[in-house]
Amino acid sequence: MQKFEVFLNRFKKIAGITATASLVGLSSLGVQAEDTVKVGILHSLSGTMAISETVLKDVALMAIDEINAKGGVLGKKIEPVVVDPASNWPLFAEKARQLITQDKVSAVFGCWTSVSRKSVLPVFEELNGLLFYPVQYEGEEISKNVFYTGAAPNQQAIPAVTYLMSKEGGGAKRFVLLGTDYVYPRTTNKILRAFLKSKGVADKDIDEKYTPFGHSDYQTIVADVKKFAAGGKTAVISTINGDSNVPFYKELGNQGLKATDVPVVAFSVGEEELRGVDAKPLVGHLAAWNYFMTIKSPANTEFIKKWSAYAKAKKIPGQMDKPLTNDPMEATYIGINMWKQAVEKAKSFDVAKVSVAMGGQTFKAPSGITSMMDPKNHHLHKAVFIGEVKADGQFNVVWKTPGPVKAQPWSPYIPGNDKKKDEPALMAEKK
Amino acid sequence: MHSKLIFYIVVLLSGLLKPLPVLAFDRAAFESVVLAEGDERFKALDTLVAEADNQTPVLLKALLEGELQRAGKQIIWVHEGRNIDPLTQAPLSSELPDKEDVVVNNRLRGALESALAALKLVSTDHKTRLAAAKELVVSAEEGMKPIVKKALAKETDATIKALLESILATMELKSTEVPLRLQAVQVLGQSSNSNAKTALLAALEVESDEGVKQAIKTSLKQVETRLVWGQRLGLVFAGLSLGSILLLAALGLAITYGLMGVINMAHGELIMIGSYSTFVVQNLFRHIPAFFDWYLLFAIPVSFIVSALVGMLLERGVIRWLYGRPLETLLATWGISLVLMQTVRTFFGAQNVQVENPSFMSGGIVVMSNVVLPWNRIMIVIFAIAVLLAVGWTLTRTRLGLFVRAVTQNRAMASCVGVPTAKVDTLAFGLGSGIAGLAGCALSQIGNVGPDLGQSFIVDSFMVVVLGGVGQLAGTVYAALGLGFANKLLESWSGAVIAKIVVLVFIIMFIQKRPQGLFALKGRSVES
Repeated sequence: MQKFEVFLNRFKKIAGITATASLVGLSSLGVQAEDTVKVGILHSLSGTMAISETVLKDVALMAIDEINAKGGVLGKKIEPVVVDPASNWPLFAEKARQLITQDKVSAVFGCWTSVSRKSVLPVFEELNGLLFYPVQYEGEEISKNVFYTGAAPNQQAIPAVTYLMSKEGGGAKRFVLLGTDYVYPRTTNKILRAFLKSKGVADKDIDEKYTPFGHSDYQTIVADVKKFAAGGKTAVISTINGDSNVPFYKELGNQGLKATDVPVVAFSVGEEELRGVDAKPLVGHLAAWNYFMTIKSPANTEFIKKWSAYAKAKKIPGQMDKPLTNDPMEATYIGINMWKQAVEKAKSFDVAKVSVAMGGQTFKAPSGITSMMDPKNHHLHKAVFIGEVKADGQFNVVWKTPGPVKAQPWSPYIPGNDKKKDEPALMAEKK
Repeated sequence: MHSKLIFYIVVLLSGLLKPLPVLAFDRAAFESVVLAEGDERFKALDTLVAEADNQTPVLLKALLEGELQRAGKQIIWVHEGRNIDPLTQAPLSSELPDKEDVVVNNRLRGALESALAALKLVSTDHKTRLAAAKELVVSAEEGMKPIVKKALAKETDATIKALLESILATMELKSTEVPLRLQAVQVLGQSSNSNAKTALLAALEVESDEGVKQAIKTSLKQVETRLVWGQRLGLVFAGLSLGSILLLAALGLAITYGLMGVINMAHGELIMIGSYSTFVVQNLFRHIPAFFDWYLLFAIPVSFIVSALVGMLLERGVIRWLYGRPLETLLATWGISLVLMQTVRTFFGAQNVQVENPSFMSGGIVVMSNVVLPWNRIMIVIFAIAVLLAVGWTLTRTRLGLFVRAVTQNRAMASCVGVPTAKVDTLAFGLGSGIAGLAGCALSQIGNVGPDLGQSFIVDSFMVVVLGGVGQLAGTVYAALGLGFANKLLESWSGAVIAKIVVLVFIIMFIQKRPQGLFALKGRSVES
């Protein structure tokens, strides 16, 4: 009998351990304790976007850990609920619904591609959730349920193209607009085409090309770029997203397309995407962002130090040996911290109250500026940096704006936008 | 204390032994190249190049390779781990405040590269001169005219001379004298470089003289005809490359599905397992960096064996119970594919893993000025041919091949004459799976390696096998190459998205008209 009891105890112990283990692993199953508040983390941890998004999940967890270590928000510990929408756009909407209705999260930090954001948007508006979107995007959207901590086109794409056309940037006269085939590249390229036209670039000097998600054979594309470049000084503007960038840059390097001849400026390629690529043949190709790991500022030094320590402590694959930070990570970090500040200001987790409190929040961003959430349009004021790839996969900042730039979500280069309001429509107006 | 003293003595001695820096070196010009901004830098660079001495290329190279740092006005050269003054080579304290890298942007990098090349034009080594001239064809700038002229006067080699003449011609295009321009246009007409086209197009826009205009048009046509051949060659190679990839992916399936009739939905995952095996071998080789480049040689057999074992396990454990029931096989293997994917995710994580190319597979051969054939793709074409020959040989020349053919043609009869059919099935399935593993090994060199790698190839593989005709190795080859070429042709004409759609629509229509595929064995009697 005694033997049986010992066995039973042991069994309970083992079961208990497994239960906690599964709780840690699938924290979504956790029972909500009294003194915690839940937030959702909605990033693809598998599929074509995992290359970019996984690290955002990790940096979000780091920011939450950090806030919890300092006592949490309004006396409550933040409990992250991590889900994996697997680069599958409809699944994003399902997971968002699950986060808001089942897990009752106070805010969600997530999405990378615009198509995923577009797919969750109706869910957030219907259920009145709160989404923090940390990636540069094409604009043309303001929702009262979303705060955009990434760049709008005038904070990234337009300055980058202006730089390419300048003498220092090579004086490009012809442009290849190369992107993955979905809403972000299509809209950005529409804006850029209109912008280039306003600068006197003719249609025959603009070539637009699209590839499917996960495309991996860039032979013809690179050959076509070469052919196009024979017609005059050419620059490539790449809005390729996800792991397609690795074969694209490999092909560029192998086919010997040098940045001094045809510079490629990318809007979705940062330190993390170049991790798996031999950067030596890519030296000089550009990226435009609002943050680079190489930026020298006390806030950035601290951010990198924290991230390195966190990556090591959590044994994040890849990151623990070679910790890298990038722009969307910074934007995620700013987003979570601003949310915390807004909650404290509103003294409530209520979406409407927090939204109001968000306007005008400031945060000392790792990029070295004090970033402010616009009082009205739900977008951050950000400084713009243009960097050139170095042999070690990092970026050399070659151009920057003197200070923060206000976002223009409604690009003036799209007709009809001048009539649109620079703030989200109210619920009442919508109904 | 002593070590410090010795250090100073060494530095002193080395300072004495080294030839003193040439006094002619223009310190001010060098400083403004490094420290100034905008056009001032480039003017200074021109001065430096015009007054070049032995030290100039060394310093420019240091700047180009990012070895220079600055602390205020002080330029620091981080040379072999030591901080020295670039001009006097005197050691500097390593703890200068506010040290930062000297930023070299594309514009300056281009100018530096061509300046270095221009300085090499007077080298005594034939190869160096040729490389320098080749580089300058692409990047020469107006300011280098005197150097190029000087080099041209001294040059004896015909190839280099021709290159230099075309460089000079590009510059003369902007000359104010009509005969000079005309001559330049004619020289450029002999070029097969796309830069000649760029220069001519630019000249055409500003040209005012009617005669020169005509000459430019003729020269443009000549250059373009040559360039078109390069483009065609590039396209053919792209098709061949895609075809060889499709062939590799489909060859294993041609055996398991084509010959054995098993609808193996886990085929893609067997490819993926091959890629991950390559990844594991690569990681093992990281411990012996000296042999890192050779990891691929070991990865080939390892990926074959691992995938073959997994395949044989599948056949023994699941598939053999389902022979003759295609629908159940399909469902079961599809389930298996999910299990395999999840297993890999659990062990290696959901993210893509990095498989590095060995250094001999980076870069490419320059066939023509506008065609570069990347090494990794060339290797894969060769590898695909080798695998194809090996499979062909195995099936037609070995005992196993004989048995496989016998069993697929008439199982009952083969069994009667003593062929161990069950064993043959296992081995054949293992062979097919192993080849899928080889495909995975090859694919890891050009694409991303992730748990769902197989998903993107399963459709393509079935497409190739069905199109080629089930049960036909030759059909598979034709179908793979045909699809590769068709895809690339369409892609260059209509873009990647449309090309994919058109190819799929074509295959649907083709299968409607000819369900047996391109080639069908008459009187084949695989039991169904």
